Amino acid sequence: MKRIGSLLQDRLALLSLFIITSTLLAGIFAPWIAPNDPEEVHMELRFASASWEYLLGNDHLGRCVLSRLIYGIRPSVLGVLAVLAISVGIGTAIGFIAGYFKGKLDALLMRICDIMLSFPGYVMTLGIIGILGVGLQHILLAFVLMKWSWFARIIRTSVMQYADAEYVKFSKTLGIGSLRIIWKHIVPVTVPVIAVTSSSAFSSMVLQLSGYSFLGLGVQAPHAEWGMMLNEAREVMFSRPELLLAPGITTILFVSAVHFFTDALQVALDPKLGSSGRKKQRKGRFQTANLQGSEVA
Amino acid sequence: MLIVDRVDKSYRKGGFFSRERQQVLKNISFHYEQGECLGIIGESGCGKSTLGRLLLGIEKPESGSILLKGKKAGGNRAGSGSISAVFQDYTSSINPYFTVEQAIMESLGIGRDRSSRRDNHAKVDRLLKHVGLDPHCRTKYPHELSGGQIQRVCIARAVATEAPCILLDEAISSLDSSVQMQVLELLKRLKEIDKLGYIFITHDIQAAAFICDRIMIMRNGQIEEIVSTTQLMDVQSPYAKKMLQMVIS
Ligand SMILES: Nc1ncnc2c1ncn2[C@@H]1O[C@H](COP(=O)(O)OP(=O)(O)OP(=O)(O)O)[C@@H](O)[C@H]1O
Ligand SMILES: [Mg+2]
Repeated sequence: MKRIGSLLQDRLALLSLFIITSTLLAGIFAPWIAPNDPEEVHMELRFASASWEYLLGNDHLGRCVLSRLIYGIRPSVLGVLAVLAISVGIGTAIGFIAGYFKGKLDALLMRICDIMLSFPGYVMTLGIIGILGVGLQHILLAFVLMKWSWFARIIRTSVMQYADAEYVKFSKTLGIGSLRIIWKHIVPVTVPVIAVTSSSAFSSMVLQLSGYSFLGLGVQAPHAEWGMMLNEAREVMFSRPELLLAPGITTILFVSAVHFFTDALQVALDPKLGSSGRKKQRKGRFQTANLQGSEVA
Repeated sequence: MLIVDRVDKSYRKGGFFSRERQQVLKNISFHYEQGECLGIIGESGCGKSTLGRLLLGIEKPESGSILLKGKKAGGNRAGSGSISAVFQDYTSSINPYFTVEQAIMESLGIGRDRSSRRDNHAKVDRLLKHVGLDPHCRTKYPHELSGGQIQRVCIARAVATEAPCILLDEAISSLDSSVQMQVLELLKRLKEIDKLGYIFITHDIQAAAFICDRIMIMRNGQIEEIVSTTQLMDVQSPYAKKMLQMVIS
């Protein structure tokens, strides 16, 4: 609790938290918040600039950009968030079991993960779409199938690192049960790793989802999605660059907020970083960058 | 109190699917009486820590038995009658997310019904003083303490379990020599005040001779010889003789 308190003193963290929560709320309550119908076409308002009725102007079909942005939160953020929660959940469970208990179970689970990881992600996703048909939910399903093993691997590695620590050995000599040891000693030290990997996976998934939408495999045309809005605006990139700005800035802003928040969370949770001020916070950011790099590879 | 009878232990060598096993402990048998201090010495890799883990019940022997007051070690043996431990690596011996107080509380809360918070608070104070630490340390995190202070906290934590025997696995090896001496003095004092017994694993014969009543010399996973410290000079086996010679010269 004390540590959460220090998190709330960090202005950047607070701002990020505000951006994240307001985005989520806006997505959930989109029908009440959006000023207009996101799919209503007004050909006479094509490329109209901002007005009081359409605060961010209109796109190439005269639809309200702001409303499309708000409705776009649903697939772009909420959908990906749900996928993330599920795959991180599965990955965490498997990672903890494999990393803590080791032995045969670990070997078995990790071979399964290896098999899952050896499928090329994009081809698998295309395969799933080919079997189940085009649609957002099928892409999200493919994401879950592809990502859990990746999380399981990373979490297992960091659990293993701590499962042999001397304080875990000491707790074992006290006769404390495995579940309690995991909860008290291993979960807290792995939370930063989980948070950082999830936040970088989150941004990459948002971008991938946009990519599939661009190929016409994800969100279907009239519905709004950030990546698709970008692609629609791309066609008029030189004549109407401002149309790129709205979805682009929103995506960047949200993804950065997620990054900043997980960094701040990491700093706040770690007593070593927390007490000695903010200059070490850079380290957290550096690690984030590292992890992202390893994910791309 | 502790009876170890023909214990063997081996680990899988190489990859997961390899059949080859490395025998780490062979036919270990000895007795340990309550309140005595038994030193276990031997060169690196001879299986001292492995034996320690078996005694603590963290791992199971492959064959043979370890009986603690007539019961198998490693069962659900919370509370008194068990062995507590202090380990070598002080950088990881306290959870970095725990304060000193929380670390000690962990072993206070075991095997007893929840005594009141204030009660425990006073106990932590007493334990910290007992091992020569300032009670202000209670709110500190391990990275804010020195190695010697952390080892003292670990000793306090081990004492808090009220186990009659504490296993110290190279507990002083990573400290510098003056702090080593302080910790040894502390252990000696606790031994007299609390009637504690130790199993003292080390490769430092002098430290072992300083604090132990009996010394067990190990070599390649086997017991070479057990002698009492007063008769340390007339060991029988050639290996032990050679080892002592090296220390004296
Ligand atoms: N978990 C394990 N898996 C495989 N082999 C192990 C394991 N633990 C120990 N060993 C092997 O057992 C042997 C004895 O190790 P141990 O840690 O008991 O030695 P030690 O006497 O404590 O040495 P030191 O004085 O360096 O601490 C070593 O050869 C080591 O490689
Ligand atoms: Mg050892």
